[in-house]
Amino acid sequence: MRPGLAIGIVLAGVALAAALTSLVWTPYDVTELVISQKLQAPSALHWLGTDHFGRDIAAMLMVGARTSLAVALVAVGIGMGIGVPLGLLAASKPGWADELTMRGNDLIFAFPSLVIAILITAVFGPSAVNAIIAIGIFNIPVFARVTRGGALSLWTLDYIRSAQVAGKGRARISLEHVLPNIANLLIVQGTIQFSLGILAEAGLSYVGLGAQPPLPSWGRMLAEAQTMVTLAPHVAIFPGLAIVATVLGLNLLGDGLRDALDPRLRHAR
Amino acid sequence: MKSLFKPAFAALLVSTGMAWAAPDAITVGMVLEPPNLDPTAGAAAAIDEVVYANVFEGLTRFGADGAVLPGLAEAWEVSADGRIWTFFLRSDVKFHDGTTFDAYDVEFSLNRARAEDSTNAQKPLFAGIDLVEVFELGNIVITLKEPDGAFPWKMAWGDAVIVAPESAATLATNPVGTGPFVFSEWVQGDHVTLTANEDYWGGKPALARATFRFISDPTAAFAAMMAGDVDAFPNFPAPETLPLLAADPRFKVIVGSTEGETILAMNNKVAPLDNVKLREAIAHAINRQDIIDGAMFGYGTPIGTHFAPHNPDYVDLTGLSAYNQEMAKKILADAGLSGIKLRLALPPPTYARRGGEIIAAQLRAVGIETEISNLEWAQWLEQVFRGKDFDLTIVSHTEPMDIDIYSRPDYYFQYARPEFVALIDKLKGTTDATARSELLRQAQEMIAKDYVNGYLFQLAKTGVANAKLVGLWENSPTQANDLTAVHWVD
Repeated sequence: MRPGLAIGIVLAGVALAAALTSLVWTPYDVTELVISQKLQAPSALHWLGTDHFGRDIAAMLMVGARTSLAVALVAVGIGMGIGVPLGLLAASKPGWADELTMRGNDLIFAFPSLVIAILITAVFGPSAVNAIIAIGIFNIPVFARVTRGGALSLWTLDYIRSAQVAGKGRARISLEHVLPNIANLLIVQGTIQFSLGILAEAGLSYVGLGAQPPLPSWGRMLAEAQTMVTLAPHVAIFPGLAIVATVLGLNLLGDGLRDALDPRLRHAR
Repeated sequence: MKSLFKPAFAALLVSTGMAWAAPDAITVGMVLEPPNLDPTAGAAAAIDEVVYANVFEGLTRFGADGAVLPGLAEAWEVSADGRIWTFFLRSDVKFHDGTTFDAYDVEFSLNRARAEDSTNAQKPLFAGIDLVEVFELGNIVITLKEPDGAFPWKMAWGDAVIVAPESAATLATNPVGTGPFVFSEWVQGDHVTLTANEDYWGGKPALARATFRFISDPTAAFAAMMAGDVDAFPNFPAPETLPLLAADPRFKVIVGSTEGETILAMNNKVAPLDNVKLREAIAHAINRQDIIDGAMFGYGTPIGTHFAPHNPDYVDLTGLSAYNQEMAKKILADAGLSGIKLRLALPPPTYARRGGEIIAAQLRAVGIETEISNLEWAQWLEQVFRGKDFDLTIVSHTEPMDIDIYSRPDYYFQYARPEFVALIDKLKGTTDATARSELLRQAQEMIAKDYVNGYLFQLAKTGVANAKLVGLWENSPTQANDLTAVHWVD
């Protein structure tokens, strides 16, 4: 195994483990504020110190990991669930269906994700659910394009042609022959989109459009730490490190998976 | 080589020369930008914070200690029955557009403020006026419906400043007053600039130019202060950084009092908060000291009613709503209240956003769930203040002596108990100081015992200024940044 992939698995694994553990156990209750213990430096009692409300930062990061991973996971799910079928459709029916879906995708692509998010939260109010929807929407065209690109090259191959001659419909061919053959592509893209989703969630929460208090979120932890950096640097450093480590881990994982899953790359190197 | 050296040396001279010049300009930082610049047609504190005593003046004015001082009126007298007030006006006053100030301007301003279609945010200040008469240009005679000992105090408000009929229509964007500073420009979203009024009746101010810069982000405010982009920030939004600024010899930290009663306002007319038992339970669930320490880093004085603790008539009623979780739980259980879920709307200031999270945790501890929604000011004014579509909200009421808002039936927290309205009516007609104190005590007690709102703390004025700047107000007896006496020293 390449070292990049190994590091990626470890970093992403730590984030996942922290998120899962937080479901059953955290060192402290993150909804309980102990003002007298505010801004404590890291110690044996609080491994990563406490924030401005006296909450344990380690516990906040664990629950924050849950928020980040859940938002990113569902957002990627939305992107795949809608984007992949659209991409398959576009590839299987060159002509108006292709044009329509791909130009629709271009339309979404034209808007920066943050603008879409602000639009959605302005209408429906800021919340984690609306952050999921916003991030999910801009994931759709990404998956649609990757799927279409991968599928188009398959449609010219002989075994697809023979399936057509055998009388299989376009939809059935897409599902039975095209989709399994582009699954690697989608897994790799999914991992990368997952890391972008975590970054997007942190960004939205940072500007106050993501998860609302009291639900901990890495982005909001950073935002709230801003004015305290000079006073207690640890309140900003740890959430920042958590975001960097998780995003880096997922990117390494995505790269590693691409190398491992793509036979051409495997032999070339 | 010589030719290269010359311009460089000249540039050096110019730059050091600029540094040595005695500074006569000031940049003042403010968190909120005023929506307009007409103090007679807007409720926003930010309007007064720019124009009060700088651009506009009233018959009387507040001093730095809250005392009522002569303004455009040099003196005043009242008839024996307390109803007819005569204000003797200054004769050497000109508006910034060159028009002369006289009694007709006063008549115009007061009649405009109390008119049926007036947009004045504090119309109750003028409600007692029966008649405004001009007999000669140098004085104005005001007849009240009832005796009112507080009338000169009312005329000191920013909402009661004197404007000229020639410029009244366009004050929102081009304020024309009589004050020591003339409005120069307003770049929306960034700053308002004032310049010295050469012809000011009180003498030309020491500062030639004053710029109000609007910086809402606490981090940016701290950075602007550290970089010297802002010379003074009278209401500094990041209290946690004050110890750092105080330790820096370039700055001084000015901590004073304000008229800001910070309250957890409750919607008294809407279920379930129309139940006094629930309001009482909430009051006991709140730990004021934790809120002051957690949200304001220790700056603030606990209050138990809607009254400023530095006011001589203040009654300490914090015991009525002492922090006691067990008592709060018992009150809820006895009243058969369970599974309560409330919405908590939070405007942008630090005290609200941080205080809200703390209160949400404190209420959760006694079994009351809250759903926090963070609102921008415009949304808050629309939804909470005007629309009354809220359960709980946190806001600081910065107007001085504003306990009478509890008698307004259409006010956002919707109290206006008839007994309280009667009490305030009686207070309005009372001029005797002892009797007024007694009525004010009763009013404070009534709202505290009815648990109208959760009374949290009196907002402290936490200001930061360049150490060489003197003359800034230490306290905030009204919403103002009076720059008349501000100057630089070495």
